[in-house]
Amino acid sequence: MRVRNFSKVVAVATTVVWMSGCSSTSTSTDSVDTAPVVQEPVVEVAKPIPVAKEPTVKTVVMSDEEMAKAAVAKLKTVFYFDFDKTVIHADAFEDLSAHAKYLASHPDTRLVLEGHADERGTREYNMALGERRAKAVSRFLTVQGAGSNQIEVVSYGEERPAMMGHDEGSWSQNRRVELKYSH
Amino acid sequence: MILRLGLLFLVLLSTLARAELTIEITQGVDRPVPVAVVPFGWQQAQSLPEDVAEIVASDLYRSGLFALMPRNSMLSFPTQPSEVYYRDWRLASQEYLLVGKVMPEAGSRYKIQYELFDVIKEQRILAESISGSATQLRKMAHRIADAIYEKLTGIPGAFATQIVYVSAERLSQDDYRYQLVLADADGANSRTILQSKQPVLSPSWSRDGNNLAYVSFETGRPAIYIQNLQTGAREKVTGFSGLNGAPSWSPDGKKLALTLSKDGNPEIYTLELSNRKLTRITQHYGIDTEPTWSVDGKSILFTSDRGGPPQIYQKELSSGWVERLTFEGDYNAKAHLTHDGRHLVMVHRNNGVFHIAVQDLKTGRLDILTETALDESPSIAPNGSIVIYATQIDSKEVLAAVSLDGQVKFRLPSKQGNVREPSWSPYLQ
Repeated sequence: MRVRNFSKVVAVATTVVWMSGCSSTSTSTDSVDTAPVVQEPVVEVAKPIPVAKEPTVKTVVMSDEEMAKAAVAKLKTVFYFDFDKTVIHADAFEDLSAHAKYLASHPDTRLVLEGHADERGTREYNMALGERRAKAVSRFLTVQGAGSNQIEVVSYGEERPAMMGHDEGSWSQNRRVELKYSH
Repeated sequence: MILRLGLLFLVLLSTLARAELTIEITQGVDRPVPVAVVPFGWQQAQSLPEDVAEIVASDLYRSGLFALMPRNSMLSFPTQPSEVYYRDWRLASQEYLLVGKVMPEAGSRYKIQYELFDVIKEQRILAESISGSATQLRKMAHRIADAIYEKLTGIPGAFATQIVYVSAERLSQDDYRYQLVLADADGANSRTILQSKQPVLSPSWSRDGNNLAYVSFETGRPAIYIQNLQTGAREKVTGFSGLNGAPSWSPDGKKLALTLSKDGNPEIYTLELSNRKLTRITQHYGIDTEPTWSVDGKSILFTSDRGGPPQIYQKELSSGWVERLTFEGDYNAKAHLTHDGRHLVMVHRNNGVFHIAVQDLKTGRLDILTETALDESPSIAPNGSIVIYATQIDSKEVLAAVSLDGQVKFRLPSKQGNVREPSWSPYLQ
């Protein structure tokens, strides 16, 4: 029991770290979206203390919820693409399916999909390409059970590279879709 | 005399320090025409705020068509016909000679008289005057350069025009500064007309030069704005879900062609500015974007990947007829037509490298104009002589320009930050 409680705390802590990580990386997108993200961990942190003292059936339900969040926190949130391609790589399916499952079981959760392209080619075409990549991920998630109302797609084209280099090493990191949970 | 030259030099230095962009000619024509531009006369005690002749000479030099005689090689500084000795200039291998003088007028205005001589024929071929306020001296100088350029090439000059471009700086991991900058065509007089932490791109001039349309992410989502350059007033014209991009003003100034993905995927629409009526132009599941208008406004050219990799297509608005225009290369995008409609300037990929290319729509011939890589955002000067574009040199984003015949090349590096998305103004009043 002691061990299980400990693992719960770790899970919650991981969630908090992940959530705050999320908020810091998504500040560049929209302050409206990021504000609720910052608030949520505060609520989560308060919960484990009564759970540890007085385990009841109710708190076990909460614990599952926390475990679910911890599990989704371990999933990949950045998915990469080939040049001028919008096809999701097969090695992304498992994690994306898990994201979809999480969204399906948490209908109030919202997700922003940020589509990106590498710097080659024209900016507006890359804007369209980034959107297509994000929409490919969106389709995957909705087919797997996520609600389309839970997902918003925003393309940044080549405007927000993850890596600043001008070679394939950077470009391959920049052709991506980033999943950013809000509330 | 030495003192006056010293003053001129100081004036020149201060002019350079103010310009955000500088100009480096990297290639000119094989045999540029030798021209002597003599310092303009000025008889007053206090120095002029601008060295008018120097600005004219810089403009002519930047065209790549002319070799400018250095001032320290000049034997005399004539300011009127009676002081011109053709033989001196002929012996100095000059073909043309420009002399002039600046005179004060009432109300802190200036009048500039200038005369152009054909040294070989020993003839005066142009004599004009222009007047304006102190703040208009640079503009007046550019107008003089325009007149000289037209007299010597038969093509109107485009020196008295402006450019806009985007300057982008990454201040820290997630802190960016984007600025939309308006400057004279030579990079001088730059001023920021929009600053944002979010991306700004795709500036497009209205045909009267009074307004700019552009894309700004300032709300966290892309939206198209129109900004009046005189008043600074701006309004959001589209902010639909999904893409709001690539605005392009129609030749009659009444519509914007743009890209929206509100109906599922990127399509071209036109927006009537008077009543905000949207008309969908393309219907295809592929990417359709980067619209630009034909010269007569009757068709729209755009980039589409409907046939596989991106190519340029043209749609006639009345009939709906769609035609593919580019076939050479596996990536052709962001097309612009020259003012005569004959040439298509675009981003073209050759052996995996992105260049600016021009296609003659009559003969189908395609020429790659640039040797730089990662070239994008071509924009054509209103006289059709020069294409300005964005490229990268030593991992820094800079603006560069190339003449439509590929013979003249120059760069406009910025002193700070990355510069991109240049857009050349139409002729301005």
